[in-house]
Amino acid sequence: MSANEQSMRRVTAIKNGTVIDHIPSGYSLTVLKMLGIGRVMSNPVSILMNVPSKKIGSKDMIKVEDRELNQYELDRLALVAPHASVSIIRAYTVAEKLTINLGKEIVNVARCAFSNCITANPREPLPHRLIVLSDDPMEIRCHYCGRMQEIDQLVERLI
Amino acid sequence: MAGLITMEDLTNEGIIEVLDDAEKLLPVARGQLYLPLLKGRILGNLFFEPSTRTRMSFETAMKRLGGDVVNLGDVKTSSVVKGETLFDTIQMVDGYADIIAMRHPRQGAAQYAADACQVPILNGGDGAGHHPTQTILDLFTIRQAHGTLNGLKIVLAGDLRYGRTVHSLSHALVRFGCKVILASPPSLSMPSEIVNDIINSGGDLIETNELLTHIEEADVIYMTRIQKERFPDEDEYKKVAGAYKLHARNLEAAKADMIVMHPLPRVDEIHPSVDKTRHARYFEQAFNGVVTRMSLMCRLLNVKIPDSPEQMGEVIQ
Repeated sequence: MSANEQSMRRVTAIKNGTVIDHIPSGYSLTVLKMLGIGRVMSNPVSILMNVPSKKIGSKDMIKVEDRELNQYELDRLALVAPHASVSIIRAYTVAEKLTINLGKEIVNVARCAFSNCITANPREPLPHRLIVLSDDPMEIRCHYCGRMQEIDQLVERLI
Repeated sequence: MAGLITMEDLTNEGIIEVLDDAEKLLPVARGQLYLPLLKGRILGNLFFEPSTRTRMSFETAMKRLGGDVVNLGDVKTSSVVKGETLFDTIQMVDGYADIIAMRHPRQGAAQYAADACQVPILNGGDGAGHHPTQTILDLFTIRQAHGTLNGLKIVLAGDLRYGRTVHSLSHALVRFGCKVILASPPSLSMPSEIVNDIINSGGDLIETNELLTHIEEADVIYMTRIQKERFPDEDEYKKVAGAYKLHARNLEAAKADMIVMHPLPRVDEIHPSVDKTRHARYFEQAFNGVVTRMSLMCRLLNVKIPDSPEQMGEVIQ
């Protein structure tokens, strides 16, 4: 049995829903937070953490039952899991494979980490805009103040 | 050009056009010629933090060109103190003015304002971020003295961390192939992201703690104020600030055409003895704020500056 099959069988297959694979190790809880699972969504969820992966060495995986995540929701994950692979499951089979798109701009996903940025005032209504300069290595700059952003700091400032 | 938020909004050719236009407007800025190119236009001056030169030179520039100015006034007596957002303030002024000059304590405020309104925004300083209209007047002053911007050796000295004028200026200078020498105490060195940006773009840049040893090779020495409040105690301040003071006797070995610049206000980083030397250029630099801001406002309002303003304007006796 391959390492991949072993990890796939650590939790039971789901009938309908979404499987997010190849999440960088340790980021599955962040992904759940970004998707609002547990807070605004109460579907059953299985989480695998730190399982071996040929592709990225060690990975996390999430299975969300009875919920098909849409492209908009998935693209929000690009900040922490830009290379994750996503499968939509219907009747125990993979019905669709989706990819996460980082895009050139990340809008209203996280707040700029610089404390003196104009967007630090929570009452200012314009969207939080982060510009992607490079995806590998990931380089992100605030559209407004121009400061380069640390991914870990952005994760702590998710909207 | 929808506004001037950072120097990235202007190409090198665009910068030269702004400087050439400014050159043509010198008699207007000096009050020798009345040329109402901006008659009927209103400038909204929104200074959310103190400013003397920038605010006054914007106002003078607009009035010399026949336009008018509305001021936000003291922030303490405006709606800002009642908690009005920048978005709402800008929405309101968008309806009052044809162009807005703005200074704000928060970084990114100028870009935010530009996104929130229809009229052009001129960034007059946003936190420790950018101050591009100062950069334009600095470039004008340098070109006036040396006849070119290309390939000069420029020493930027003092507080390079919090002094926003040097951030925009250093970017612009390397675009014209200048060699930039950054002289500052380690605790006030240029932010690493700016240094990296400059190096990555192939800029010729040296970081040093020494000012005086670079005077001989410099074409321009650009001094900035080291603020006491940046230091934990006065002794530390005195120790550091002393190494970044310029006296006339320090300039004996300087090139004949070397100029000393300062965005002002100065405290004691340039001794008054320098004022009398041929190198001092900081008061002309402050005056150049008027003519360059005239040029920028005309450009943003799509008003062409005539090739021979003296033929169109009215000579003031």
